[in-house]
Amino acid sequence: MKARVTVTLKTGILDPQGKAIEGALRSLGLAGVASVRQGKVFDIEIEGSDPAKAEALLKQAADRLLANTVIENYRVDVLG
Amino acid sequence: MKAAVVVFPGINRERDMARTLALVSGVAPAMVWHADTALPPGTDLVVIPGGFSYGDYLRCGAIAARSPIMEAVRAHAAKGGLTLGVCNGFQILCEAGLLPGVLMRNARLRFICRDVYLRVEHSDSPFTRGYNAGQVIRVPVAHGEGNYIADADTIVRLEGEGRVLFRYCSPEGDLDPAWNVNGATNAIAGIVGERGNVLGMMPHPENHVEAALGATDGRGLFAGLVEALKRAA
Repeated sequence: MKARVTVTLKTGILDPQGKAIEGALRSLGLAGVASVRQGKVFDIEIEGSDPAKAEALLKQAADRLLANTVIENYRVDVLG
Repeated sequence: MKAAVVVFPGINRERDMARTLALVSGVAPAMVWHADTALPPGTDLVVIPGGFSYGDYLRCGAIAARSPIMEAVRAHAAKGGLTLGVCNGFQILCEAGLLPGVLMRNARLRFICRDVYLRVEHSDSPFTRGYNAGQVIRVPVAHGEGNYIADADTIVRLEGEGRVLFRYCSPEGDLDPAWNVNGATNAIAGIVGERGNVLGMMPHPENHVEAALGATDGRGLFAGLVEALKRAA
């Protein structure tokens, strides 16, 4: 089974990398970019075929390692 | 003082730290590998040195914080044992949950390698008893992620409980955004945990301990620890 964990910075956490990317997009002349926040995507293959089990496993993985929940939120998508 | 220096793959300041510990305490520290599960019996001080453990993959300190030796470090800290994390060591202690907050990318995004001035906020800690409160010391920093942040409640607690031991300041000891090299909240350079026995700091006191290298301002931290342990014994 394929799954994806998306980790994003919580609202209110300063994201200097996102800010720099935002500035670079503007300097490319791409009008209309209001703001940029940078995050991370983990594409993970899971053994077995139980989506509920996969989701529970990935939540554990995100809580214990993939995200630092002091500053980051995460979302788990089991893609099947 | 029986010290143990924890060595992770990618750490590069462990020998500076070991040299300083031997120089100031007169006893060479034990070097403990990340895959070990125990500290040497009778360890007084655990030090997590600076560097780039696991190449800073995922987040600085994130992978090191979950390695086998950290359970032993956690137990040592839980029973009141002195624990010091410098630079990457500070990041690892935060990731391990032994200290609150996170070290984010420097506000100006650049890696900073230079001397900074620190104001010693309190001298009633085993880590700062070698200094006077308000004293300004000059020590180097070398980091890309030293911008300390925590949620507002945590900052209020840290400040209220006097747990900020070092702040970035001007040579005269004034707090000024121009001297807050990495943009840290309240210019925080070093904090202790709830019980005061775990210190994390971004600057490298271990690199300023010999006159031949230009400054000895870092020596007070290690000399203070030796003294604190002697008094406790």
